[in-house]
Amino acid sequence: MTKVKVYVMYKESILDPQGQAVKMATQKMGFTEISDIRIGKYFEIEVDADVATAKAQVEAISEQLLSNPNMETYHVEIME
Amino acid sequence: MHFAVIQFPGSNCDFDLLWAIRNVMGAEAKFVWHNEKSLEGFDGVLIPGGFSYGDYLRCGSIASFANIMPEIKGFASEGKPVLGICNGFQILIEAGLLPGALIRNNTLKFVSKWQPLQVNNLTKFSSEFAENEIINLPIAHGEGQYIADEKTLSNLQENNQIAFTYEDENPNGSLRNIAGITNSSGNVLGMMPHPERAVEELLGGTDGKKVFASILKNFCEDCF
Repeated sequence: MTKVKVYVMYKESILDPQGQAVKMATQKMGFTEISDIRIGKYFEIEVDADVATAKAQVEAISEQLLSNPNMETYHVEIME
Repeated sequence: MHFAVIQFPGSNCDFDLLWAIRNVMGAEAKFVWHNEKSLEGFDGVLIPGGFSYGDYLRCGSIASFANIMPEIKGFASEGKPVLGICNGFQILIEAGLLPGALIRNNTLKFVSKWQPLQVNNLTKFSSEFAENEIINLPIAHGEGQYIADEKTLSNLQENNQIAFTYEDENPNGSLRNIAGITNSSGNVLGMMPHPERAVEELLGGTDGKKVFASILKNFCEDCF
């Protein structure tokens, strides 16, 4: 079995209103050096296959389902 | 003209939509469950609002992989009318039938109110309205901010695919005040406002009727 992590983030060009709201809260808390916060999604996926197959399959679902290529990018990592 | 009103787990405007097209407009219509694999016998597809699959992952993303979706894509490619309202609009975008994306309102708030809209009556879904008519329809959404790259936006504008724009105040930050768009062939419309909630005086307005009347007029030769 292979464990895989996927991170999905809004593209740089997309304004992230949630991240902006959280950033505003950090300013109110007094952490004035926090200059940007962007919120994304994190997936832990278990695949009953070897590393190469697992990576290919997770890349495919990341492209087709986990992210929306119109507004998001994804990053796949194999977990040790 | 016979309409399919598609039901997903979490659809909640399905009965309103069926009522509008069948009881108010007098067309034939029935529910089609998302697990069905055929649209045989139908001339139009209506995808209602709601929270399909609890809006998990992204609004409309899981519904866009339902069994009925390949049928809807085929249906659309034949030039038959497909209308997605609110969550239905989100589903059509996730399915790739309409360009761009819908993200969280820039206000971060769910917005539910009557909203003035300007109509572009050059689409097959809005031809019964007057040119640049200002109408009122209810909106009710948390993720209705329409975004797309500049090229897509220009194409939408040039091809007259922007059917409805928010008038006065923009409630969600949508680029170019976009409230509803069609595909390039003009037979698929997605819109955040709810025409099915404005089809009788009892509901507070009847401006939504002309959306359905436009569909009946432009996609059904024997209806009127």
